[in-house]
Amino acid sequence: MKPEDFELLSGILKERSGLALTKEKVYLVESRLLPIARQRGLDGLDGLMAALRSNSEEPLLKDITEAMTTNESFFFRDVRPFESFREVLLPALLKAREAKKHIRIWCAACSTGQEPYTLAMCLREEAQKLAGWRTDIVATDISDEVLEKAKAGVYSQFEVQRGLPIQLLVKYFKKVGDMWQIDPAIRGMVRYSQLNLMGDFSKLGAFDIVFCRNVLIYFDQNLKVEVLDRISHLMPSDGFLYLGGAETVIGLTTKFMPMKGQRGVYHLASETAH
Amino acid sequence: MKTCLIVDDSKTIRSVARRMLEELQFTTVEAEDGKQALEVCTKNMPDVILLDWHMPVMNGIEFLRALRRSEGGGAPVVVFCTTENDIERIQEAIGAGANEFIMKPFDTGIIESKFAQVGLL
Ligand SMILES: C[S@@+](CC[C@H](N)C(=O)[O-])C[C@H]1O[C@@H](n2cnc3c(N)ncnc32)[C@H](O)[C@@H]1O
Repeated sequence: MKPEDFELLSGILKERSGLALTKEKVYLVESRLLPIARQRGLDGLDGLMAALRSNSEEPLLKDITEAMTTNESFFFRDVRPFESFREVLLPALLKAREAKKHIRIWCAACSTGQEPYTLAMCLREEAQKLAGWRTDIVATDISDEVLEKAKAGVYSQFEVQRGLPIQLLVKYFKKVGDMWQIDPAIRGMVRYSQLNLMGDFSKLGAFDIVFCRNVLIYFDQNLKVEVLDRISHLMPSDGFLYLGGAETVIGLTTKFMPMKGQRGVYHLASETAH
Repeated sequence: MKTCLIVDDSKTIRSVARRMLEELQFTTVEAEDGKQALEVCTKNMPDVILLDWHMPVMNGIEFLRALRRSEGGGAPVVVFCTTENDIERIQEAIGAGANEFIMKPFDTGIIESKFAQVGLL
């Protein structure tokens, strides 16, 4: 890739999605962007970059931004976070919210829906304890394409085998042809909307638990700090934050502290460790 | 190191599975059908069994029922690994005592994630 093209592209991505395109990630550009060039009858990557230079219309910018996001996700990704969710955080919140009987959860980069549906299934499995409670799962992502798939709730045999316990597959999915369709009752527990973490998200309201997993990893330092800071404003003092396995708050912010004994879980610094 | 018994009538599948499992630090033993597998289990109960469904002599579901009735046969984690993918069949396997169920084709990622689910990794 020509240096001036790299500069143009990385500038666009940084501005639109916060993606920090590093030189090591250039190899991704071709495989992700060539289909867009082909779709528009442009002559390869060079043709696409030329089009971007002469007339950077919104649909093209949007397609490029979405194509450059990494959308990989699994049900019960990393297993442990969802164990701590059911065994530690949920019981803590059941006590703390006894008066309100209302819990709000946000999946801040939900991709194709595996993460919010995992949470919905966990909540459903705890239905007895949650009788009379209201639980909201708000799931957002920058990409309309992944949100479409998330809303449909239809997954391949490959996708349902990466992390989903077999008992939950037979309990909450129906086989439709070669695909697996999630139970409408589970699907109905999740509210999807498009949202860019770079913009203001205060209008979403307050959340007891925020899952912001495997997305900060693509941002540069400043944006990570800023997003973490804005998330902290959405949380009550006893709220919890989940980050991905390769992410941490350490060295970025003192607003959050790692929760003792629970990898990947953070609480606000003002709150003493549980 | 944990031991995994691979039960499949296809030599190719057995060797593919063996390679994946060895990479995950399991010692492997192999059997071509349910009857052979039972013999292996009587001598040395494995920690986990990767089990095909359709095999000559004794199929996977028959083996599993016999295993779960045998002495110490409740212990191993049993993961079916078969081309069967109907909900009824999966339920039948769970009813017979299977802990997990892999629908072929499979890859290392699926094995790893299923084994992690049942606490083997
Ligand atoms: C690797 S997926 C993570 C999915 C899920 N949270 C998980 O851990 O499995 C990353 C997601 O972040 C989304 N994303 C990237 N930049 C974003 C931004 N600025 N705002 C919101 N979502 C963004 C991508 O579209 C992608 O779906």
